[in-house]
Amino acid sequence: MEVLVASAVGILTAAGMYLVMRLRTFPVIMGISLLTYAVNVFLFASGRLTIGSAPILRDGVDVYADPVPQALVLTAIVISFGMTAVVVMISLGAYLGTNNDSVDDPTETDQEGEA
Amino acid sequence: MSLFLIVALPFLGALLPGVMNSAGRQAVGGVTFTVTLAAFIGLLTNLPAVLAGELVQTGFNWFPELGLNVTLMLDGLGFFFALLILGIGLLIIAYARFYLAREDNMGEFFTYLLLFQGAMVGIVLSDNILLLLIFWELTSLSSFLLIGYWKHLEAGRQGARMALTVTGMGGLAMIGGMLILGNIVGSYDLSVILQHRDLIQADPMYVPALLLILTGAFTKSAQFPFHFWLPHAMAAPTPVSAYLHSATMVKAGIFLMARTWPVLSGSPEWFYIVTTAGLITMILGAVIALFKHDLKALLAFSTVSHLGLITMLLGTGTAFGAFAAMFHILNHATFKAALFMSAGIIDHETKTRDIRILGGLRHLMPITFVIATLAALSMAGIPFLNGFLSKEMMLEEMEHTYLFGPEWLVPALATFGSLFSAAYCFRLIGHTFLGKKRDPESYPAKPHDPGAGLWLPPAILVVLVVVIGVAPFLVEDFVKIVTAAVLGSTAEVPEAHIKIWHGFVTPLYMSIVAVVGGLIVLAMFKPLSRLWEATPRPEAKAIFDEIIGAFVMYAKMIIHPLHNGAFTRYSMIFGVAVVAAGYHAWATGVLGEVTRAVQPVGWVEIACWIMLVAATIGLAAMHHNRLLALILIGIVGLMVSIAFIFLSAPDLAMTQITVEVVTIILLLLALNFLPNQTPIESSFLRRGRDVVVAGAAGLSTMALTYHYLLRDAVAAPISEFHLANSYKGGGGTNVVNVILVDFRGFDTFGEIIVLGIAALLIYALTEALLNGPVRARLLNRKPDKPLSGTQHPMMMVILTRVIFPVVLLVGFYVFLRGHNEPGGGFIAGLIVSIGIIMQYMASGFGWAQDRVRWPYHGVIGAGVLVAGLTGIGAWFFGKPFLTSDFTYVRIPPFEKFELATAALFDLGVFLAVSGAVMLSLESFSRLARRAHVKDSDEPMDVDPSKSIITDLEPSAQEGV
Repeated sequence: MEVLVASAVGILTAAGMYLVMRLRTFPVIMGISLLTYAVNVFLFASGRLTIGSAPILRDGVDVYADPVPQALVLTAIVISFGMTAVVVMISLGAYLGTNNDSVDDPTETDQEGEA
Repeated sequence: MSLFLIVALPFLGALLPGVMNSAGRQAVGGVTFTVTLAAFIGLLTNLPAVLAGELVQTGFNWFPELGLNVTLMLDGLGFFFALLILGIGLLIIAYARFYLAREDNMGEFFTYLLLFQGAMVGIVLSDNILLLLIFWELTSLSSFLLIGYWKHLEAGRQGARMALTVTGMGGLAMIGGMLILGNIVGSYDLSVILQHRDLIQADPMYVPALLLILTGAFTKSAQFPFHFWLPHAMAAPTPVSAYLHSATMVKAGIFLMARTWPVLSGSPEWFYIVTTAGLITMILGAVIALFKHDLKALLAFSTVSHLGLITMLLGTGTAFGAFAAMFHILNHATFKAALFMSAGIIDHETKTRDIRILGGLRHLMPITFVIATLAALSMAGIPFLNGFLSKEMMLEEMEHTYLFGPEWLVPALATFGSLFSAAYCFRLIGHTFLGKKRDPESYPAKPHDPGAGLWLPPAILVVLVVVIGVAPFLVEDFVKIVTAAVLGSTAEVPEAHIKIWHGFVTPLYMSIVAVVGGLIVLAMFKPLSRLWEATPRPEAKAIFDEIIGAFVMYAKMIIHPLHNGAFTRYSMIFGVAVVAAGYHAWATGVLGEVTRAVQPVGWVEIACWIMLVAATIGLAAMHHNRLLALILIGIVGLMVSIAFIFLSAPDLAMTQITVEVVTIILLLLALNFLPNQTPIESSFLRRGRDVVVAGAAGLSTMALTYHYLLRDAVAAPISEFHLANSYKGGGGTNVVNVILVDFRGFDTFGEIIVLGIAALLIYALTEALLNGPVRARLLNRKPDKPLSGTQHPMMMVILTRVIFPVVLLVGFYVFLRGHNEPGGGFIAGLIVSIGIIMQYMASGFGWAQDRVRWPYHGVIGAGVLVAGLTGIGAWFFGKPFLTSDFTYVRIPPFEKFELATAALFDLGVFLAVSGAVMLSLESFSRLARRAHVKDSDEPMDVDPSKSIITDLEPSAQEGV
């Protein structure tokens, strides 16, 4: 199980980083979303993996999953929605205003070119 | 009155003028005056204690770990300066009320003025040097606002910037010096530091500390070579110049030298640096002032010169020097403020300050003439005016000061400075007021005396000038108390008395030479002025601009290559840097023992993993098709939710899946406007590079995650506490929820506020877009995809409406069970939002929006309020903010159930989350709505309850 989670985090990070380095806003937003998944899962996993014992107190149960990272990640998920919405709104405004959805400054892009 | 209140009053009062702006100029001026008057009276209530020689102290610990405590003290010196600041402040406020033009924003002006006043009072009353530094910086900032008050004037903006740069830089130096001083003594309290003269002067760090502190004092008090900013600050409105440059800002440096006098003075370093700088400044300022044609520039350089005089006196390190310095501060504040205000009157009435154009004003403005002449004669050092007395004392002190060169040099230089000082005073009177009577039309505006509001404040000061000048014994005791506070325990207050007539002594001859010489210089003004114009001299502003320009150039040389506007490049640099740091940690660290058993894996998990990986890789590879990308990211989100279920996190799974739904809807709405395809732009090579960077990042996070999953935490986590106390202390069995609403309720409170702010930001951006040039484009745009033939199909409308109560019920249920079972406010809020969004989607924006009873902003606000009030409720029971309580209630015939304040808090979370989600999505929809032709108020395209054969809405036909 650990291998699966670790590799999932790694692949999400890699794909997220790759998309963040694209030149248009939409893939960058996708990339940020993937990175958000990766970070959330990573944080969640900092409570270590537990199967079949949710942190809901029951009589006679002693082992529970770590509730603290769960609580932190829960708010992080909701906040990340707010963040995504703001970023989408900004990119939308930029696109509607300039008819261009490049993330790089236009003048510098030419110099950067095929670096 | 408590010292706290005296310092706090201007700051608190600063809120008033700004918000009262619409109440009219009279009210704004009145409230500012009242606030200052209250502080002034408060200060006077401490007068008996000060006269009795007591040290009034008050304070509390703020950051004892840093030695930063809010401790205030009031002794003679502090009282003297606070009196000047508040007293002259009162006059300035009255004057400014009538000086400012109708177009000037008076509320803004008085807010800045009060901020400045509060900061100044803070400086002179601080006992803790760190606190003093905070106020010191505040004066720099607030004076920047004041000097640049006329934002439309380029000179004003540049002058303000220069003042901020120079005094801010000095402030930084002073912080260093003060910290060294505090380090030597081991305390940051001035009252303690001032007792340790020998310790400080014996320390090897004494000289660096002295140099740094003097840099701060010299920049603030415009001493050579930092004198150049002050004349440029004259671009400020005249009340500001009168306030800042007579009694307050520039005296802050002097105050600091006086304050630290007991421990810093007396050493050869102090003597040579301070006396020399003062002497040079005094002569330089006086000579330049004579040749300035702008009234305010003349006064500015005369201020520089007089500050030099005071500095020089403090530099001597003798008790008599300090005595003379304190007396001159008082005198200079009175005559200089009066002169500045007179210059302001002349400017106000004649619309010019150019001395060359003026002249003969004596006949047209008699009141102003009398005020300005008395003040100027005092400045020139004419007997029976206060300036004469302190100038005599200065000359007496200089007479036996030996700095360098021949013995007669310093007295001669002092006389030379006084000579020019007298000359520019005579020029001010002669060239502005005297001369033959001229036609009023020959001035840029017809001059006449102003109303009492403008001349009364300087007149009050001139009365003081004369009274002190004639009867110095009235203030002598007070000045001696101030001097005693300056001297501390280092020296006795001199026995000497302030007298008009000392007999035929050297200072008198020096004075006579200065005055007669001044008259001669004025008589030869024309040739001297031509000579001055012909002499090449360094222009301070050009040098300053050059230095700043060089700094800007170097900064650009560093910043531009790094910060070239290419976001892709920053993210790559970021990625590489983080991976490199991680690799360094990996390569140098030690890997602990594996302590955890590997969890088993089933086929379902593997299947999910395969789907997640396939979707992620597919997304990266095929992101050019944006709709496909959206579907793929949906799969990723779904798989992450399933993973949360597997890994014992039902709350997370529910949150993730509901957030996923709203995120996808949001992105779909955005995609409505964005292009559907991402063009392939980057070269193969570049993509290869990105794959390498991304791959490295992925591998490192994978390695990191894998390794720490196999090991227990180094220190025991705090989770045990939460598990143990969740039921006992929080009354809930769902530990995650109890953490959110109880243990870490404050975090959650902050988070719902952030979420609300994000939603409001989206709303604001939408408004900006819809009110800007984009609006026309949105209204006229043609959808690039064919519209569906049935935008609001009957089946969907009916279904969503039938399901809506069920969704609300589920939301309610999830909310209620949250404390004990998976669920809670966050999830319930998201579920209810989805239910409402479905109505929007099915029945159309217009129809749904008509049925919204409460604006979503209000819902967010209500949520934050409910959560906040719940938290505050704990205060009534003497508990800290957000302490929760719960009880069990049984109402027959129902089961026993729980009532918890945490549920109320969760209600706030619920409201804030649903409001924020709805406001964001609604904003996006509003953009889309404008783009289409018209909203339909009908929920369905075809309404079977009406006639079967109705005309279809035009909008529905369009896209077929």
